[in-house]
Amino acid sequence: MQWEVVIGLEIHVQLSTKSKIFSGASTAYGAEPNTQACTVDLGLPGVLPVFNGEALKKSVMFGLAVGAQINERSVFDRKNYFYPDSPKAYQISQLYYPVVGEGHIDIVLEDGSQKRIGVTRAHMEEDAGKSLHENFHKQTGIDLNRAGTPLLEIVSEPDMRSPKEAVAYMRKIHSIVRYLGISDGNMQEGSFRCDANVSLRPKGQEEFGTRAELKNINSFRFVEKAINVEIERQMDILESGGTVTQETRLYDSEKNETRSMRSKEEANDYRYFPDPDLLPIVISAEEIEAIRKTLPELPDAKCARYMEQLGLSEKDARALTVDRDMAEYYEQVQQAVDDAKMAANWLLGEVSAMNNKNGLEFKDCPVNAVQLTGLLKRVKDNTISGKIAKEVFEAMFTGEGSGGEGDADTIIDKKGLKQITDTGAIEAIIDEVIANNPGQVAEFQSGKDKLIGFFVGQVMKASKGKANPGQVNQILMQKLRS
Amino acid sequence: MYNKTIAELSAGLEAGEFSSVELTQVYLDRINSLDEQLNSFITVTPERALEQAKNADIQRAAGNAGILNGIPLAQKDIFCTKDVKTSCGSKMLDPFISPYNATTINKFNDSGAVMLGKTNMDEFAMGSSNETSWYGPVKNPWKQDAVPGGSSGGSAAAVAARLAPAATGTDTGGSIRQPASFCGITGLKPTYGRVSRYGMIAFASSLDQAGPMTRTAEDAALMLNVMAGMDPRDSTSVDEAVPDYTANLNDSIEGLKIGLPKEYFSEGLDDSVAKVIESAVKEYEKMGAVIKEISLPTSNLAVPTYYIIAPSECSSNLSRMDGVRFGHRCKDPKDLNDLYIRSRGEGFGPEVKRRILVGTYALSEGFYDAYYVKAQKTRRLIANDFNQAFDDVDVIMGPAAPSTAFNIGELTDDPITMYLSDIYTIAVNLAGLPGMSIPAGFANDMPVGLQLIGKHFAESKLLNVAHQFQKETDWHLKAPASFK
Repeated sequence: MQWEVVIGLEIHVQLSTKSKIFSGASTAYGAEPNTQACTVDLGLPGVLPVFNGEALKKSVMFGLAVGAQINERSVFDRKNYFYPDSPKAYQISQLYYPVVGEGHIDIVLEDGSQKRIGVTRAHMEEDAGKSLHENFHKQTGIDLNRAGTPLLEIVSEPDMRSPKEAVAYMRKIHSIVRYLGISDGNMQEGSFRCDANVSLRPKGQEEFGTRAELKNINSFRFVEKAINVEIERQMDILESGGTVTQETRLYDSEKNETRSMRSKEEANDYRYFPDPDLLPIVISAEEIEAIRKTLPELPDAKCARYMEQLGLSEKDARALTVDRDMAEYYEQVQQAVDDAKMAANWLLGEVSAMNNKNGLEFKDCPVNAVQLTGLLKRVKDNTISGKIAKEVFEAMFTGEGSGGEGDADTIIDKKGLKQITDTGAIEAIIDEVIANNPGQVAEFQSGKDKLIGFFVGQVMKASKGKANPGQVNQILMQKLRS
Repeated sequence: MYNKTIAELSAGLEAGEFSSVELTQVYLDRINSLDEQLNSFITVTPERALEQAKNADIQRAAGNAGILNGIPLAQKDIFCTKDVKTSCGSKMLDPFISPYNATTINKFNDSGAVMLGKTNMDEFAMGSSNETSWYGPVKNPWKQDAVPGGSSGGSAAAVAARLAPAATGTDTGGSIRQPASFCGITGLKPTYGRVSRYGMIAFASSLDQAGPMTRTAEDAALMLNVMAGMDPRDSTSVDEAVPDYTANLNDSIEGLKIGLPKEYFSEGLDDSVAKVIESAVKEYEKMGAVIKEISLPTSNLAVPTYYIIAPSECSSNLSRMDGVRFGHRCKDPKDLNDLYIRSRGEGFGPEVKRRILVGTYALSEGFYDAYYVKAQKTRRLIANDFNQAFDDVDVIMGPAAPSTAFNIGELTDDPITMYLSDIYTIAVNLAGLPGMSIPAGFANDMPVGLQLIGKHFAESKLLNVAHQFQKETDWHLKAPASFK
C-alpha cells in the first residue's frame, strides 16, 4: 500500500516583550529560579492579570505578515488543568476568539517549486513555569520565572505532506518572526518550539487518518527526525492490520523514538471559558493599519527585489533572505562595494562556510559588514587577489583587527600581502620561472597551450600568491610566445 | 463613644475630644470583652492598630488628616493584608500570611484609617449565614440563636454590636446587603467595576464587588470616597470619575420615581417583612416620592443563572489553592495527585466543595453550552429587564431578603432554601448594578432591610435616597440590647 503522510504544526513563539503578558515581571532568560516571578506570576490569592499591549502589537504584526484576518475583538479564555508549574491551575489562552484568523505562507520545495501552506489561526497565551526534577531528593522543584511569558501559538492547516515540507514551513515561520523582530526565535532557550500532528492515509484517500500529536520539538533537525520515526511507527501498525490510536506522544531525541504520553480518553477536559478578569482585547482598523505601516520588508519581497534590482539568481536571492541578519549584512556590503554578485558570492561562500564550520549563527559572525566591505574594496581595486582575500578574512574571523573598515588594509600591510602590480617585478619573476623550466617552455611552444596554467601557478607560488593574476597571464603569454 | 458614627468620630478627633489611640483602644477593649459572644473576628490586630492610631494622631497634629484619619475599621478577611493572616474563612488559607496588600487595604492605609482586625465570613464568601466559616458561625447581635447573614456576617455583626464603627464587606450575590439587613445596618454594594478587586480573594470574578458596611448612609459615602476608583491592577475596574459621595446626600427627593417590582412582593416573602417594607415605602411617599409598580419578568431566572455562573467561576478561581505554593498542604503526600486530592479535600469545607463540583460540571465538555453559555444569555435578559425598568423610574426598592435572620442550623441541610435567601439581591450582581440595604424597621424583634437598587454608577443617588430616609427615621440608630 502507498501511504501519504499528513502533517500539521502548532508552533509556539515566545514574543520578545520586556515584561510578561499579564504582569510587570521581566521576561529575561536565565535568571536564578523564581527571581522573576511576582505576586501575579505566583498565582497568589487575590491577584489579577493586566494585559500587556505589546503582545497584541507583535501578534498583529505576525498576522499581517502572513496575510491573515486580524480580529478586532479577541477574547482570553481560561484553560483549566492542575500542574505544579501552572500556578493558577489554569492557563490564560484564546480558544474561541483568537487574535489572528486564517492566513498562509509559501514554502519552497526541494525541486524549487513553491507550495502554499495555510495558517489556521494564531492566538496569544501565557507560558507555564518549569518543573525541575534534579537535586530535589525525590521531590520536584518549581521555577516560575518563565510563567507568564507571552506566547503566540501559530496553528497550521494539515497541508504538509512530508517531513521536509514540515521543516520548510517551520523555517519559514522562524524567518518571518525574526524579520518582524517579534521573537528572538532562540530554540535552545525554548523561544521557538513546535508540536506536530502526524497521520497516514492510503494515497488517494480524501479522509484523514487518525493522528498522533508529537509534543515539544525544539529544533529543525528533530522535527524531521521525529516525524520520520512516527511515520514508520504508524506504517508498521497499519500494514500489520492495526489501527492508530489518537494520542499525545513525546519525542525522545536521544533514543530517536516517540512514546505515548496520554491517550484521547486520558486527555484533560480543559473546561475553557472566557476569563472574567480580563476584558475583550479590542484593536481598531486604524490601529491595525498603523501597525501594517511598521512592517519591515519580508523574505519573499526581499528575494523578489534582489532578483529584479540586483540581478541575482533565485537560488542566491532565496539563500540570502532566509535570515534577516544575513540579508541586512548583505545589503550593507552590497551597497558599499557596489557589486551585488561579488557580495553574494562572499556571503554564501566564505562567510557562510566559516560560520558553519564554527557552528555560528549569522548574527554571531565575528567579522562585521564594515570589515568585509573594507576587504572586498581591496579585491575590487586589485590590491589583493580573491585568494589572498580569503586569508585576510580568516585573520579577521579569528579576531585580528579592530572591527573597522581599515582592518583589511592593516592586515594586508602587516602580513605583506599586497598584490604585486609592478610590471618590472612581475617580469623578473616570470623570467626566472622561464629560465628554470626550459622543458615546459619547449612543450608550450610546440603547442601544448594548457601548460599556461603550470606557468601561472609557478609564478604565483614564487610571488607567494601576491602577483596580480591578470598581469601575470598577460606578460607570460607575451614572453612565451615571443 | 462607640455609638457614634464615622462622621461624628471624625469631628471628635478633629476637635481634640479624644485621640485615635484612645478611640482605637475603646474598640479593642470592646472586641476583647464582647466578641467571645459573637465570633465576628477571625484575627484581631491590636499592636498594629495602636501603631496605626499613633501615626494617625501624628498626622492629625501635623494638619494632614482626612476624614477617615484615625478611624478604626474592621476588614473582611477576604482582603489580602500584608503580614497578617488572610484566611478567607477557610482552613485552606489558615496558614496564609499575605505578602501584599489589597488595593482597598492600601487605600484605607493611605487615608489614615486604623485596622482593628479581620472579620469572620463564610468560607471563600460562599454562604448566606456565616455558618460555612472554618472558624465557626457568627452570632447575630440581635438574637444569638440567629445567623448574622453572609457572607460578610462578621463585618455586619461587628458593626451592629458596636465593635467597630464600620467595616468592609464584599458582595457576590447579596453578601453585603443580606447580612446588613439581618443585622440592622447600612450596606452598599457598588456598581461592578467601581471598587478594585485586586487583592480581594476571588469567588466569582464577574460578580464580586467590595463595599462599605456602616451604620449610616453618610458613613457609607465617606467609606466609598476612599474605596472607589479605577485601579491599573484590575482590568475590570472602570475609569469613571469618582464624585464626592457626600455631596448629594441632602438633595431633596421630592418627585423621585420609585419602582416596586411586583415579583419582589409575591410568594416567598414573609408577611411581616412585607409590612415593614410597605411602611418604609409609605415614608418615602410622605417625603414626596412617586411610587410606581414595575415588573422584572426574568426575576425567576436570577437564582438558577447565578448558581451556574458563580460556581463555574469559583471552580476555576479556587484551583490555585493546590497545596503547592501556599495554604494548607496535606501531611506526607505520596505523589502529586495525592498532594492535590488530600490538600484540597482537607482544606475546603462542604459548601465550597459543592460549588466547585457544580461549577466543574457546568463547564465540562458537552455541558458548557447547555449551562454556562445559556446562563450568560439569561444574565443578559436579567440586565435588560433592569435597563428597561430604569427608563421609567430612578430607583428600585424592595426587600433585601425574604425573611429576617433565621436560626443557626435551621437551613444548613437545605441548601436550596438557603440559596433562596439571596433571591432579591442576586439579580443586582448579575446586572452589575449598585444596591443598598438600609434598616427599615423590625419584624418579630429582628431587623428588616430595605433594598435600594440604582442605575450603573448611581451610588450618589442611592446614598442620597438612603440618607433622606435616615433623616426621617431612627431605625438605623437602634442598637441590639446586649451591645448598647
